[in-house]
Amino acid sequence: MNNKNKTSKIPKWAWLMISLATAMVLWYVLSLIPKTSRSFPNLVVTFKSVFTMIEREVFWKDISSSLISVVAGFAIGFVLSLPAAILMAWYGPVRNIIEPWIQFIRNIPPLAYVPLVVISAGVGRKSQIIVITIATFLIMTVTIYQGVINVDETLIKAARVLGATDKDIFLKVIAPATLPFIITAIRLGSSTALTTLIAAESTGAIAGLGMRIRSLNNSFESAPMLLYIIIIGIIGMLIEKLVKFIERRFTGWQEKREV
Amino acid sequence: MAGEERSVKVKIDNVRKVYDTRNGEMIALNGVDLDIKENEFICVVGPSGCGKSTLLNIIAGLLEPTSGAVYCDGKEVKGTGTERGVVFQQYALFPWMTVKKNVMFGLNLKGIKGKEAEEIAMKYIKMVQLEDFVDHYPKELSGGMKQRVAIARAYAVNPSILLMDEPFGALDAQTRTQLQQELLETWEKEQKTCFFITHDVDEAIILAQKVIIMSARPGRIKEIVDINIPYPRTQETKMTPEFLELKNHIWSQVYQEYLEVRK
Repeated sequence: MNNKNKTSKIPKWAWLMISLATAMVLWYVLSLIPKTSRSFPNLVVTFKSVFTMIEREVFWKDISSSLISVVAGFAIGFVLSLPAAILMAWYGPVRNIIEPWIQFIRNIPPLAYVPLVVISAGVGRKSQIIVITIATFLIMTVTIYQGVINVDETLIKAARVLGATDKDIFLKVIAPATLPFIITAIRLGSSTALTTLIAAESTGAIAGLGMRIRSLNNSFESAPMLLYIIIIGIIGMLIEKLVKFIERRFTGWQEKREV
Repeated sequence: MAGEERSVKVKIDNVRKVYDTRNGEMIALNGVDLDIKENEFICVVGPSGCGKSTLLNIIAGLLEPTSGAVYCDGKEVKGTGTERGVVFQQYALFPWMTVKKNVMFGLNLKGIKGKEAEEIAMKYIKMVQLEDFVDHYPKELSGGMKQRVAIARAYAVNPSILLMDEPFGALDAQTRTQLQQELLETWEKEQKTCFFITHDVDEAIILAQKVIIMSARPGRIKEIVDINIPYPRTQETKMTPEFLELKNHIWSQVYQEYLEVRK
C-alpha cells in the first residue's frame, strides 16, 4: 500500500518517459551484445536509415501505400461488419449459418489464404485490401454482434412501455447501447489491420512497410528494418490514442470501463 | 375511501400463462381473475416464482397470455400502451441519457418536443426531488435516486395505471421506507391506479388498499385482503395492532406458499 502511494505521486507522462528511457537503455545493451547486435543496430544508426530510405525514394511511398491499404481494408471491413452483426443478432437462421464460418476462418492466419486471394484478385492493391478487409471484418463482426445481443432487455422493455416502435428501439436503444462495443470493435479492427499488413503486402506489393521489411531482409539491412518495425508500432499507438479519444468523447456515460 | 364504488380500470379475465421450457411445460399462471378499480392501490405478494412478474408483464402488454385476456378501460390489451406505465426493479434507465433526457424519452416518442417536453419533465423531476441532478448521468446516481428517475419517467407520459415490479426490492431499508412515503404522497396527489408487486409484506400493507396473496406455482390468487387502515400512513402505522394483525395473517399465508415452493 505504501509503495502504491509513492508510485501514484509520479504523473502518468513521467512514467511514460521512464518507460521509454528504459527501453532505450535495453535497446542500447542489445546493440552492444555481439549475439544481438546485428538485429539491433543502435539508435543513431537506426534513425539515420530514415535518410537512406528517403534517398532511395521509397520512405514516404511505403508509409502512404501501407496506410492506404490499412485504411481502405479497415473501412470496408467496418462497413460490412455492421449489417452482418445486426443480421446475425436479429435473425436466427443467419446467425446459425454464418457464425460457424466466422469462427472457422477467424483462427486461420491471413498469411495462409493470401495466395488464394492473389490467384483470383491478382497481384497488387486489390489483394492487399481484400486480405485486410477479411481479417478486420471477422473480428469486428464478432465484437459488434456480442454488443447487439448483450443489450439489456429491460432497456428494450422500458422503451416499449414508453411507446417506442421497433424503429425507435433500434435507433434510440440498441444503437447507443451497442456503441461501446462498436468502439471496441474499431480498436480491435484497426490493430488487426496493422498486424495483417505483412501478410497483405506479401501479395507482391510494389511498396509498403510490410513489403519493404521483407525485401530488406534479402539484403540483411537490419537498421532500416528495425526503423520500419518501429514506425508500424508508432502508427498503431497513434490509432489507439485516436480511438481512446473517441471512446471518452462518446461513451463517457458507461458504468464500467473495459480495459 | 375503500368503500366507494369505482369503475374497473383493468380487468384480468381467466388469464393462464404456460411457458415452454426444456423440461416441458411450466404453468406460470392458472385462471387468474382480478378487477383493478380506478385509483386503487393494489399490492401483490407471493413466493418467488409464483408468477407475479408474469402477471405484471401481461398487464403491461410485454407478454401475451396463453389463454384468457386483460382489458384496460374495457379494451382488450394487445401489446404495450402508454396508458400503462411500468417501473422495473432494475431501474432500466438509459445510461447514455441524462436524468432529464431519460424523463423526456417517452414524451418525445409521443411527439411532445422542445420546451413543452422539458417543462413536463422538470415538473416530475421536481416531484421526485431531483432538480439538482437534471444533467447527471445514471452512473452518477445512487440506487434510490435512479428509481426516483424511473418513477418520474413513468409519470411523465401520464399513464392512468402504474405497474411496479418490485421497484424498491434492490434498495436499502431506509431508502425503501422513504420512497414508500414519497410514492404514497404522489399517489394521493396524482390519483393514479397502482399495481405494485413486492415480496415485502410490511411494504404491501403500508402502501395498499388491497393485498393480493398469490399461491405457489402455478400462480393463482389465493386471497384478497382489504387493508382498511386510513391514509396517510406513516412509520407509526407499523406499530398499530391492526397493522400487526394483518401482517401476521398475510405473512402466515405467504409462508405457507413458500413452504409449498420448497417441497
